[in-house]
Amino acid sequence: MISRDEIKETNRMIEHSNLDVRTITMGISLLDCANSDEKIFCQKIYDKITTCAKNLVSVGDEIARELGVPVVNKRISITPIAIAAAGVNTSDYVNIAKTLDRAAAETGVNFIGGFGALVQKGSASGDIKLIESIPAALAHTERVCSSLNVASTRSGINMDAVAQTGKIIKQMAELTKAGDSIACAKFVVFCNAAEDNPFMAGAFHGVSERDCVINVGVSGPGVVKSALESVRGADFETLCETIKRTAFKITRVGQLVAQEAAKRLNVPFGIIDLSLAPTPAIGDSIAEIFAEMGIPFAGAPGTTAALAILNDNVKKGGVMASSYVGGLSGAFIPVSEDHAMAHAAEIGALTLEKLEAMTAVCSVGLDMVAVPGDTDADTISGIIADEMAIGMINNKTTAVRIIPVIGKKAGDRAEFGGLLGSAPIMPVSKFSCADFIRRGGRIPAPIHSFKN
Amino acid sequence: MKGIITVIGYDKVGIIAKICMFLSESGINVLDISQTIVQGFFNMLMIVDMTDKEFSEIDAHLQNLGEEIGVSVKLQSEEIFNAMHRI
Repeated sequence: MISRDEIKETNRMIEHSNLDVRTITMGISLLDCANSDEKIFCQKIYDKITTCAKNLVSVGDEIARELGVPVVNKRISITPIAIAAAGVNTSDYVNIAKTLDRAAAETGVNFIGGFGALVQKGSASGDIKLIESIPAALAHTERVCSSLNVASTRSGINMDAVAQTGKIIKQMAELTKAGDSIACAKFVVFCNAAEDNPFMAGAFHGVSERDCVINVGVSGPGVVKSALESVRGADFETLCETIKRTAFKITRVGQLVAQEAAKRLNVPFGIIDLSLAPTPAIGDSIAEIFAEMGIPFAGAPGTTAALAILNDNVKKGGVMASSYVGGLSGAFIPVSEDHAMAHAAEIGALTLEKLEAMTAVCSVGLDMVAVPGDTDADTISGIIADEMAIGMINNKTTAVRIIPVIGKKAGDRAEFGGLLGSAPIMPVSKFSCADFIRRGGRIPAPIHSFKN
Repeated sequence: MKGIITVIGYDKVGIIAKICMFLSESGINVLDISQTIVQGFFNMLMIVDMTDKEFSEIDAHLQNLGEEIGVSVKLQSEEIFNAMHRI
């Protein structure tokens, strides 16, 4: 029988260390909704989403109540719209985005991801229409998230898409300048995108996935931080062991929630994403873990090594606890969504360049980074190209979610609200890369041997 | 299914009695019970048999009872503890 101490340990994690299941994300294939008529297509995707996800929110809440652990978000990911809507006779996909927004509202989920395209090698006609539709789609919807995969280790980097992405980020920033360019927070650009990632804004339902699936994202930076408090000053072996043990326990909860959700919704279980995802709440921060490791401010020398330790040991502990691990799995390092990361950026400890180095050893990349509103499109494309190169060469997922906050300059503060938090505007290099970005074409795939 | 009931709050007369009375009236068997008081702070753990019981209904009643008594009452499925602490 479960002991008193075990019950207390679990409940202490939930009540004092912010242990939660960050998201139950239902992946839904829209491939069978194909139709050349836009109205019929919209009706079909609306019906399919609202039917499949009818009970998603209520089941998520029911499981949370029974287990006593919060299930923070219930979300939906769909087949990339550039693929699902490729055959639709229309000039843009904004109406489709609005339909997705209505379907998300009807089911009660807070985000629906997959208004995106996979263009790592080139853009087909549907991809082009989709990319051009993204600024208006995100500006005119509330719950729709968008992503583009513009690079991969196998295909190289589609620099035409990278150049265009810089431009559309500026457009969506302008369209939503009244809200600190919030549309950019709902858009992410990837290298080696994961087809089963349950986290937003980058979630989509890959074409190799089954019709409907349940993916779960676990979290718990606060739990790791609390566990490390008990090993202050101990050596690295002890540090790693403590992270592993904690990640194991967190993931077991995620696995249980995923299995229960799959059973009750009668939908197959897909994967657990073992990511440490911070929130703006005190005690739910990745940078607080660095502080506990011995680096009081993120960005100080040693931060990349600390992050590498954290990321690797979360995976080592987590993979033992779940039968299927997937998604992004690692540590997220968003700036605005983590109060201590935002503070480190504010006092100058954390720079964009250091953040870029850190992304080489963790999951995802430059995340929720606010930059001056007058940063030009080519510079944004240059930042994206750098991040894509890190992912391509290192055979890992990297991403950029960057917000040029229109009307604000370095040192000002952007407020995004809720889980998106707030962040200081970080300065960007003033030196141009325009001629490099404007070359056009594709950077070839890297060599797969002679790894040095 | 087994349920874990955690009761926390300032000590007063009748906490255990009221909780157990409700469980008895609901036909719920108590399998294990332990209780401590540290500096006037009451802390009780109960393991109860929830077989064939409507979880949400019992949970709602316990919440109301907790508010009535002035303590925090939490009912959880044992599964979360098994998942985390047993392989």
